[in-house]
Amino acid sequence: MNKIPSEEKMTTQDTKIEKGAGDLSRRDFLGLLGKGAACAGALAGAGSALASSGAANPLGGVGPTFQQDDAQYAEAVKNPPKIPNYNWTQHKWAFGVDADRCIGCLRCVEACKMENSVQMDRNHTRTWVERYAYLEGSNHTLVDSIHDIKNVVPGTKETRFKFDNRYKDNLYNDGKSVKKVEKVFFVAKLCNQCEKPSCVQVCPTGATYKAVDGPVLIDTKYCIGCQYCVQACPYGARSLNHSRGTAEKCNWCYHRITKGLQPACVEVCPTGTRIFGDRMDPESPVSQFIRNNKVNVLQPAMGNYPNVFYKGIDKEVF
Amino acid sequence: MEKDVFYHVAPFTGFTFPNETEVPWSELIVIYPYITGLVAGAFVVSSLHHVFGMERFAPISKFALLTSLCFMFFAPSPLLFHLGQPTRAFNAVITPHWTSAMAAFGYVAGFYVCLLLLEVWFSFRADIVKMSQTRTGIMQKVYKVLTLGSDDVSKSALDADHKIARRLAMIGIPGACGLHGYVGFLFGSLKTREWWSSDLMPIIFLLSAVGSGVGLLIVIYVVTSWWRKKPTDNGAMEGLLYVLWTGIVVVMVIEALEMVQMIYKAREGVEGVFALIQGPIQVAMIMQWGGSLLALVITSVMMVNGTKGKQLVTWLFISGLSMMIGVLAMRWNVVIGGQELSKTMRGLMTFHPEVFGRESLAVVATLFTAPFVTLYLAQKLLPVWNEEEHKH
Repeated sequence: MNKIPSEEKMTTQDTKIEKGAGDLSRRDFLGLLGKGAACAGALAGAGSALASSGAANPLGGVGPTFQQDDAQYAEAVKNPPKIPNYNWTQHKWAFGVDADRCIGCLRCVEACKMENSVQMDRNHTRTWVERYAYLEGSNHTLVDSIHDIKNVVPGTKETRFKFDNRYKDNLYNDGKSVKKVEKVFFVAKLCNQCEKPSCVQVCPTGATYKAVDGPVLIDTKYCIGCQYCVQACPYGARSLNHSRGTAEKCNWCYHRITKGLQPACVEVCPTGTRIFGDRMDPESPVSQFIRNNKVNVLQPAMGNYPNVFYKGIDKEVF
Repeated sequence: MEKDVFYHVAPFTGFTFPNETEVPWSELIVIYPYITGLVAGAFVVSSLHHVFGMERFAPISKFALLTSLCFMFFAPSPLLFHLGQPTRAFNAVITPHWTSAMAAFGYVAGFYVCLLLLEVWFSFRADIVKMSQTRTGIMQKVYKVLTLGSDDVSKSALDADHKIARRLAMIGIPGACGLHGYVGFLFGSLKTREWWSSDLMPIIFLLSAVGSGVGLLIVIYVVTSWWRKKPTDNGAMEGLLYVLWTGIVVVMVIEALEMVQMIYKAREGVEGVFALIQGPIQVAMIMQWGGSLLALVITSVMMVNGTKGKQLVTWLFISGLSMMIGVLAMRWNVVIGGQELSKTMRGLMTFHPEVFGRESLAVVATLFTAPFVTLYLAQKLLPVWNEEEHKH
């Protein structure tokens, strides 16, 4: 099996979307983006590729069929996408997470895995959602996420995820006793596309680099797969793609945003938790989000200067 | 196809990031600093004779030098086996990204191999010339090639050889320290992991390297002497005892200091460190400290009693071996332990090494056997024991 890696690949979904959105000017699209945050819920139904699941996926599980197959990979490498009229000096992308809105539906995780052909198992992901729970009388939280087997939909071979109902009726049984749950909340995580990315600093070949418009990208044709970047990322955003033998990370769907589309996770988020836009445009959703809210970043003491801005996160969020 | 993905997935408890549950650096990365450490340690012993003129090390200095070279040949191999794209390994050398510590590896290792090759050649040139004249058949041709056309064995030429070899060894000492201090830097410079992120890491790596390298020399020296049915040199054994004792004492003090500092500073997540020590790396911790302590006690007693002869050989062998095991356990604790403690400091993973496969214990065993086989072949080619046999 000859899988040639390429970050700049175009999925079948892109091709479809591009055909549909081809006649939208960037200005029109940004206008739409502005309204997008408000009506993100409505977009979910239309945008989610997951609605049309059912057939066997390439890994043999029952689930969505939108991941690239080998032939599509080869084609994407042979004909890299053309991005007309995109000037990366004219954008500064940023991401917002309104944790108060997140319902932990995990559509974002599944959409990302489809869109970017991420490995379909619970131990590799470009984006994930963490669930934090305070039990009565405790100052620390219990945290779980998609890598907990209980949060995998049974029989789907780790292709579908759903938070289990362990905090049903605000009670939690830890095996010894039943405790009352004081509060539970979700926090979406993804690559922070840091201003000073540790992963870029440690990459021995320069295969991973900071793009002028913000995202940290990987040249998967040059990466040697040493995983030093995986070690260096304070946020656990990187992993190794085993079929390509190279590092793997979220790039805010760079192939989409450079065409005026939103990242897949933002597109499918039904509650508007995930907000994306251009910091150079003061009216973009993310500019407004940062302007109108008190925002925070994860682990500021690391000195990485993340570009994902959080609203409503707790001291326990790491 | 995807089966290999699950090999490395580690069971976890507490709060970890999903991607962390696949431990990125496996047992191959445990053996890599171990092998470079043995290189550095063996080189130091050979330099004690070559540079500082300590005559008691004369019988083993050539052997130590060759050991260093044979192990150095295989130092990069675990890394190569670990890479996701091994055929691209030279990307890091052709187009190095200078902010990366790892980009320097090709240069550091390459420099050191060249230096060792040169020093070996200058040290053995007279022997090679002699062999090229006395041997017959194909081996004569081999030695002829190895002389590189330089067959002058006059006194002035041999003096020049000696002088150059000594200067190379002088460069080699900071080189060996740099090589191994650099490996410590690879880990110590990562701010993500509390267990690694220590300014003492390069020093700990360097000193433990000397300890394990001397241990290795003792073990090989005793075994080969027994194999060749030749007595070990008492002066050399005593010298090795002194170096080993010094190594153990300094390593244990620095390692203890590092632990105490981490615990005393008690930064956020220090509970995670306690859980790590009491959990996934408990056995390896006992091996690390137990091995060092055993070696310390035995060598101390021998130092006090002035043990000589057969008893010295037996007990020094045990001390050397237990130091080697202790340092191997220490490498495991650093490399694997560091990854078993989640970046969140609130979760633990338990790494289970594979037995067979590309990254497995079988490969580690093979890669660790290779330098011994190479050393066996190398000592067939070059007369490492000459000096000793002249003595007896």
